[in-house]
Amino acid sequence: MILAMEHIYKDYYQGKTPVPVLKDVNFRMDEGDYVAIMGPSGSGKTTLMNMVGCLDRPTRGTYILAGKNIGEQKDDELADIRNRYLGFVFQSFYLLPKMNATDNVALPLLYAGVPKKERTERAQEALRMVGLGERLKFLPNQLSGGQCQRIAIARAMVGNPTLLLADEPTGALDSASGDQVMELFAQLNARGTTVLMITHELAIAQCAKKIYHIRDGILDTGEGAGA
Amino acid sequence: MLENIRLAFQGIWNHKLRSFLTMLGIIIGIAAIITIVSTIKGTNEQIKQNLIGARTNAVVIKLFQNDYEYEMNWSPVPEGVAVISEQTRDELAQLDRVEAVSLFHTRSYADSIYYGNTQFTGAVFGVDERYLGVYGYRLCYGRGFTQDDYDRGSKVLLLSTKAAGTLFSGANPIGKTLEIAGEPFTIVGVVEQSDSFKPTIETLNDYYTYADTSGGALFLPDKAWPVVYRYDEPQNVALKVASTDDMTRAGKAAADLLTERQVADRNSGFSYRSQDLLEQAQQLQAMSSSTNSQLIWIAGISLLVGGIGVMNIMLVSVAERTSEIGLKKAIGARKRRILWQFLTEAAALTTLGGILGILAGIGLAQLLSQSLQIPVAISVPAIAISALFSMVIGVVFGLLPAAKAARMNPIDALRRE
Repeated sequence: MILAMEHIYKDYYQGKTPVPVLKDVNFRMDEGDYVAIMGPSGSGKTTLMNMVGCLDRPTRGTYILAGKNIGEQKDDELADIRNRYLGFVFQSFYLLPKMNATDNVALPLLYAGVPKKERTERAQEALRMVGLGERLKFLPNQLSGGQCQRIAIARAMVGNPTLLLADEPTGALDSASGDQVMELFAQLNARGTTVLMITHELAIAQCAKKIYHIRDGILDTGEGAGA
Repeated sequence: MLENIRLAFQGIWNHKLRSFLTMLGIIIGIAAIITIVSTIKGTNEQIKQNLIGARTNAVVIKLFQNDYEYEMNWSPVPEGVAVISEQTRDELAQLDRVEAVSLFHTRSYADSIYYGNTQFTGAVFGVDERYLGVYGYRLCYGRGFTQDDYDRGSKVLLLSTKAAGTLFSGANPIGKTLEIAGEPFTIVGVVEQSDSFKPTIETLNDYYTYADTSGGALFLPDKAWPVVYRYDEPQNVALKVASTDDMTRAGKAAADLLTERQVADRNSGFSYRSQDLLEQAQQLQAMSSSTNSQLIWIAGISLLVGGIGVMNIMLVSVAERTSEIGLKKAIGARKRRILWQFLTEAAALTTLGGILGILAGIGLAQLLSQSLQIPVAISVPAIAISALFSMVIGVVFGLLPAAKAARMNPIDALRRE
């Protein structure tokens, strides 16, 4: 087991009235899983993603990741957990525009305290893995959207995370580039990487091994109420 | 850390105009401070040099009555003040830090010296064999006094170059005869103070009126003094001390000793006092410094305004880079790292501004010294403090924006595109 969520609730406040966004989410992932979470906008899927990604703490409930109770960790401890166990891929890449591909990919290793020479080597290895071995020194604005997203995937993978999180990874890409990215996810999963993806596109979700649906803050894992 | 610094300068370079405008307040403030400090230091060094000479370290001790220098031009020989003996002179020479002692007589204004019909209006000195050494005179032409001249009190004279100029206006004075109180004296040589001793001015009054009062100086062997003046006139003492900083202390010690030995009656009001030029110099320096240090406060306001400008631009920078901050936090940057990133950037901005300000200040100081003839001296500590201070400004005024960045919630930061 990599992660487990038990009876997770999350409320946001509009003024003083709490608005429940996640309601009693129960959900676990094991090593090698490849899960897609589908839902329309406003369903709470981004909130769930933030919760899984340790960017936010639950209002109630227990979230265990890598043996730690996430709700009890301090901000900097969460930062360390994200750095060590998680890899993020976002819809709009979030590459730093003044840094070349290698430096962008090496950034998480900097925060992990890896020496510079090793950072560069590992970053370039990750870039070769995503098929960008010829573009090591390119700046993001010299590359296509698909290439940028592959840099972002290399950045997510460079620290050998326990879990790869992808938030609409193909949302900003044309279909050919999108297909390449999904192909890459399939390869990574085949080599043992656990992947959690959220999307609203069925075609993309169907690349995953399991599809869960979320609607109005309630996650349906297909395992019934007693899970 | 080095990486942070590199990135900070890269960021400054990427926004050249904006960075420059932000730094301008710091540049102006630091430049003003450097200019003012350089001017203060230059003026002070000039005051010190003018008053006490660059390396003479000579202290004059004269007889005072109450608070006034006892002036032999207008007064009789004082009662109850003995002539300084050889023994007392040797005691003075034994004092700590004293290197040489000279006894001399002087009239600051001589009214009975003529070359033909031309009256000499400068000062006259009756000197012993150490005097010219203590004051760093060297022979220009002719000959100096021989030991025989000193011992027998020969009726010979040395002229300062200025006296030679005023009396003979270019003609050779060697061998010419001056009459002092009717006695003929033969001019044997012309002396001037060596460069390192110039411009040595011997009293504070002289400092103000250096250029126009003195008709130059005229020296005769002290033993010849009683031939034209009085044999029992009180002498003056010139001390050569080891270093400038010793002048005050050695001068006071010698003056006290002289008062004790020479003045019979303490209630007569007579005492020996050292003309403490170092102290006078310091008073003058304090005066010029205090006016200028007010200017430093005004320049400091420019630094404050500059610092606020830095804070403002750093807040803009944090807002612009919200998604960068969010991403960095998402992939594992701790708060402290984000804090340092922005603090480094602010400090780099102000330090660069400080360095440019220092360069501008040095340039401005040079310009002032050349165009307005104001003496300037670049102060190395002032430069070091300015550089350090400009960095501190960056850290202080960068703290608020940097803390804001470090506290940012990664979800909010990533959501804002």
